[in-house]
Amino acid sequence: MTHLKAINRKAHRVEEFVNHAKDQDVVALQQTPAQPHIPLGCSLAFSPGWEADSTGGTAGLCQPVERDIFDCHLGCFWPAHVPDQLNHAPNWTGKCATAQKDWRKLDLVFPG
Amino acid sequence: MTSIRKGLSLIALTRREFHQFEGAGRHYLYLVPSAAIFELDAPGQAILQSLNEKGRTEDSLVSELSDRFPTSAVRETIADLVNVRAIGYEHQRDEDSSVKMLPMMPFPLNTVVLNVTNQCNLACTYCYEYGEDKIVDTEHGKQSKFMSEATAKQSVEFLLRESGRIAHMTFFGGETLLNFPVLKSTVAYARQRAAEAGKTIDFSLTTNATLLKPEIIEFLAENDIGVTISMDGPKELQNRFRVFHNGEGSYDVVAPKIKELLRRHRSRPIGARVTLTSETIDVTRIYRHLTEEFGFWEVGFAPVTTSPQQQYAIGDSGFDRMLGQFRELGHEFLEHVAVNKHHGFSNVKDTLEEIHKGVSKAYPCGAGLGLLGVSTDGDVAVCHRFAGSDNHKLGTVRDGIDRQAQTEFLEHHHIADKTDCHTCWARPLCAGGCYHEAHVRYGTTERPNLHYCEWIRGWTDTCLQIYGELAVRNPDFLARFDRDEAKAEAVL
Repeated sequence: MTHLKAINRKAHRVEEFVNHAKDQDVVALQQTPAQPHIPLGCSLAFSPGWEADSTGGTAGLCQPVERDIFDCHLGCFWPAHVPDQLNHAPNWTGKCATAQKDWRKLDLVFPG
Repeated sequence: MTSIRKGLSLIALTRREFHQFEGAGRHYLYLVPSAAIFELDAPGQAILQSLNEKGRTEDSLVSELSDRFPTSAVRETIADLVNVRAIGYEHQRDEDSSVKMLPMMPFPLNTVVLNVTNQCNLACTYCYEYGEDKIVDTEHGKQSKFMSEATAKQSVEFLLRESGRIAHMTFFGGETLLNFPVLKSTVAYARQRAAEAGKTIDFSLTTNATLLKPEIIEFLAENDIGVTISMDGPKELQNRFRVFHNGEGSYDVVAPKIKELLRRHRSRPIGARVTLTSETIDVTRIYRHLTEEFGFWEVGFAPVTTSPQQQYAIGDSGFDRMLGQFRELGHEFLEHVAVNKHHGFSNVKDTLEEIHKGVSKAYPCGAGLGLLGVSTDGDVAVCHRFAGSDNHKLGTVRDGIDRQAQTEFLEHHHIADKTDCHTCWARPLCAGGCYHEAHVRYGTTERPNLHYCEWIRGWTDTCLQIYGELAVRNPDFLARFDRDEAKAEAVL
């Protein structure tokens, strides 16, 4: 920031946050106004984490829970928790055309 | 970010919540609800001025200010102001600004205030505990008149069980020293138990000073017990309300005892706590008397808590008068600390510390959260002012905190539910004000104290100006708040 000078401690924290936010422009799907953005939502974006949002529900998660499965294991840091689709279980999502509808069809994969 | 901003260029920018103030010729912005303070430059001032009446798009701001500032400066400043949420796009509120989040539980207990007795040897006519506004019947009610040693010990165990590494115990009354034997044995017991538990415990008390005598003063000094004296100032002001049961004033009794206490007890700074009424608003004179005549290190003032019908209640004109006097003494404080001289007007110092940290409160004080009151029978209450009241009970020292009652209390007193406060820029510091004051005025702790909003805003504005001045003239004084905190954390 060049035109505002942080004076008290909270202002320094706000400034730090603003500067940091610029470096890592990761935003949530639900953020308004909607922004041109490839959803790479993960817990970097907002603190509450995956399982529950700040109110204890799932509505405010950085992305709909149904999307976790794909965004996480393809694009994020969580691959260890889902089958390795590149090498080991290429057809793991074969029966799951729409995660929102078909997620029950995703089965466990056992080491062969 | 640039592309996003382009997309928003058609939407008007409007002012968000903030309060502007000046100090040492600088222009500052106090942001709400973040409580961050930024200094504005000339383009920043001009932009906020332009947005004063209605929203404008970024382009219209740029063209309006083009003869005064380069386009790039206006655009950069707009970006800065949007980033800190001083301004924002019309109809697009920050979703997280009104979220009601309760503190993480269990919240560690920091302080218990022990009402070691509810009896008093004075009969101060404005007293909230005995007067017409009392909550608990201490004369014929079910609570014991004195706390037993057993209950005091249970209170120690309760505090050490619920606290973090550092615990505070404050002795209160009635007149605290009427139960000096229990106080004395409790300090010894608490020290021993704290050492066993690997915790640090610290003690303080409030007294009217009538019962101070050499052996008590010796005990307080030797045990590093913090002392606050309730006192209203020069003789005729002290004797106006602070009287014995026979109506006689207490000044001549307490004056020599306080002088002896201040002479002997040097291990901790001793403060005076003044209750202001409509009939005794004379802040500077009271301050002078207590610091110069007596040598108190600090003096704090609070308006009397009472229903508005009482003659001594402070009304609108009284609050105006009090504000004028607070401002005068506040400026004297500023001129002292600007050149590193001590000044003991504690109201301003406490507020400056909160401003410096950028405190933004969901609750007006720590009551029911980090601070709890304990009645003579060991009932735990929201704070000492509610000790013994069944309606404000949050458990007992024996059974612990009633977590359900505590959660309900926190649910019902959150700033998010005080809709009257939602348009007030002073809410990060005030959060609706004292629960007890609200209870006396409106019959419920849940209401914000709307009768003194103007006073709160006026006083907060004054403290912000003092802060702004000090940020230029003696920033090291403000940095001391950080150092003190770092020191306290180092102990942990």
